[in-house]
Amino acid sequence: MIWDWDWTREILPELLTQGLLVTVQATLGGAVLAFVLGLFVALLRRSRNPFVSRPVGAVMEFIRSTPLLVQLFVVYYVLPDFGVKMTALMTGIIGLGLHYASYTSEVYRAGIDGVPKGQWEAAIALNLPRHWIWISVVLPQAVRRSLPALGNYLIAIFKESPQLSIITVVDVVGLARELGSERFRYLEPMTVAGLFFLLVAIPASIFVRRLERRLGN
Amino acid sequence: MIRFDKVVKRFGDLTVLRELDFHVRPGERVTLIGPSGSGKTTILRLLMTLERVTSGTIDVDGQCLSHMKRGDRLVPADERHLRRIRKKIGMVFQQFNLFPNMNVLRNITEAPVRSLGVPREQAEEKARELLEMVGLADKALEHPSRLSGGQQQRVAIARALAMEPEVLLLDEVTSALDPELVSGVQDLLRDIAHRGDLTLLCVTHEMRFAKDISHRVLMFDQGRIVEDGPPEQIFSEPAHQRTREFLQAVLDA
Ligand SMILES: Nc1ncnc2c1ncn2[C@@H]1O[C@H](COP(=O)(O)OP(=O)(O)O)[C@@H](O)[C@H]1O
Ligand SMILES: [Mg+2]
Repeated sequence: MIWDWDWTREILPELLTQGLLVTVQATLGGAVLAFVLGLFVALLRRSRNPFVSRPVGAVMEFIRSTPLLVQLFVVYYVLPDFGVKMTALMTGIIGLGLHYASYTSEVYRAGIDGVPKGQWEAAIALNLPRHWIWISVVLPQAVRRSLPALGNYLIAIFKESPQLSIITVVDVVGLARELGSERFRYLEPMTVAGLFFLLVAIPASIFVRRLERRLGN
Repeated sequence: MIRFDKVVKRFGDLTVLRELDFHVRPGERVTLIGPSGSGKTTILRLLMTLERVTSGTIDVDGQCLSHMKRGDRLVPADERHLRRIRKKIGMVFQQFNLFPNMNVLRNITEAPVRSLGVPREQAEEKARELLEMVGLADKALEHPSRLSGGQQQRVAIARALAMEPEVLLLDEVTSALDPELVSGVQDLLRDIAHRGDLTLLCVTHEMRFAKDISHRVLMFDQGRIVEDGPPEQIFSEPAHQRTREFLQAVLDA
C-alpha cells in the first residue's frame, strides 16, 4: 500500500477542524468535570458523617472497578429513560468526567493528606474558622501538590476520549474511521489521527514532568 | 489566667502528664524547662486545644477548656466554645509553620481578616507595623521560603501577635534556627516580653534567655513539676537533684 498524499491533503482539513474540535471539547469538558467533581468527592469522603463518606466511597470504588466503555453505554442508554436528554458529546463528557473523578478524588486525597500537620495546627492556633482553614490553607497546598498527577489524568482523558465514538460521538478517530470506510482505506486517516495524539501527548507529558520536578520538594 | 487542675494526659499506654497542678497569673511570664519527653510541648498543645486532656481540667480566664455550661449541666466543649477560648491564646512553633501558599503580609493578615473580621486595609496596616517591629518591614511581599529561618520565625511571631492574644505560647522557638540567628529572635522576644502585659508560657533550653524573660521557672520531669520558683533561685541554687542534673546536662551540651 502506498501513501496517498492527495487524499491526505483532502481529508486533513476536516480531521483537523471537525474531528479535532470534538476531541478537544470532550477532553477539556471531561477534565474540568473530573477535576471539579473529584475535589468535591475527596471532601465528601473526609466527611465525619459515615452516611456521607461511606456511600460516596463505595460509588467511587464501583466506578473505578468497571470499564469506562460500560459506563458510557449505561449513561447513554439509561439516562434518556429518566427523561434526561442530551447530545452524545454531552453524555460523553459526563461519562468521562464521572469516570475520572473517581481517580482524581484519590489524587486530591493524597494531596490533602500530604499537607503537613503543622499547617493545620498553625491555622487552628490562629483561630481560623474550619472552612477558612480548608479554603485558604489546606486546599491551595493540596491542589498544588496534585497538579502533576492531574496533568497525567488530563493526558489520559485525552487519549481515552476516542472511546466516546461507541456512543456515536464523532471525534478525530471516529471521523477517521468514517472517512476510511468510504474508501475501505484506513492507513492515511488513522495515521493522521494517531500523529495528532502523539503531537499533543508528548509535549504534554514533558510539561507534566517539568511541573513534577518544579513542585517536587 | 491559666489553671491546670489534676491534669492527666495519656497517649495510649504512655502517661505524659500525671495529675498536673499549676497556675499562671495574668501577665506572668513562665518558662518550662526539663528533659526531652517530660511533657512540656504537650502542656502548650493542651492549652492551644491541639490536644484534649485525658482527665482533669484546664481553665483559661475562669473558663474551662474541655467543657462548657449548658443550662446547669457541663457538656463537652463545642467548636464555638473552643474558638472563644483560642481567641485569647497565640502560639509560636518550633518549625515556624508559615503558610507557604501566601506571602508574608498575607500570612499575618489572614487570621485577623477571616477570624476576627478586621477589614483588610486595617489588618494590613497593623501587619506592616508588626513587621516593622520584628525588623522585616521590607519583606512584606516576600514569599516565606525566601526568608532565613530567623526571619521566618519573626514573621511567625508577628502573625501570632496580630491576633492580639492575652497569652502567648512559645515552644522552643529558636531550636530549629542556625546558631547565629538565635540571638536576634531572642532579643525580639525579650523586647516583646518586657513591653506589654502579655502572659507568656515559654519552653526553652536557653537558660540565659529564660532568666532574662521569666518571672518563674517550672522544672518538669516525667510529667510532674519537680521544682517551681524564680529563675535566680532555680538556676543558682536548685533544690532538687533532678534539676541540678538537668541544668548540668544543658550546660555541657
Ligand atoms: N501525639 C502523640 N502520640 C503519642 N505520643 C506522643 C504524642 N505527642 C507526644 N507524645 C509523647 O509524649 C511524651 C512527651 O512529649 P512532649 O510533650 O513533646 O515532651 P517535651 O516537649 O517535654 O520534649 C513523649 O514521650 C512523646 O513521645
Ligand atoms: Mg517539646
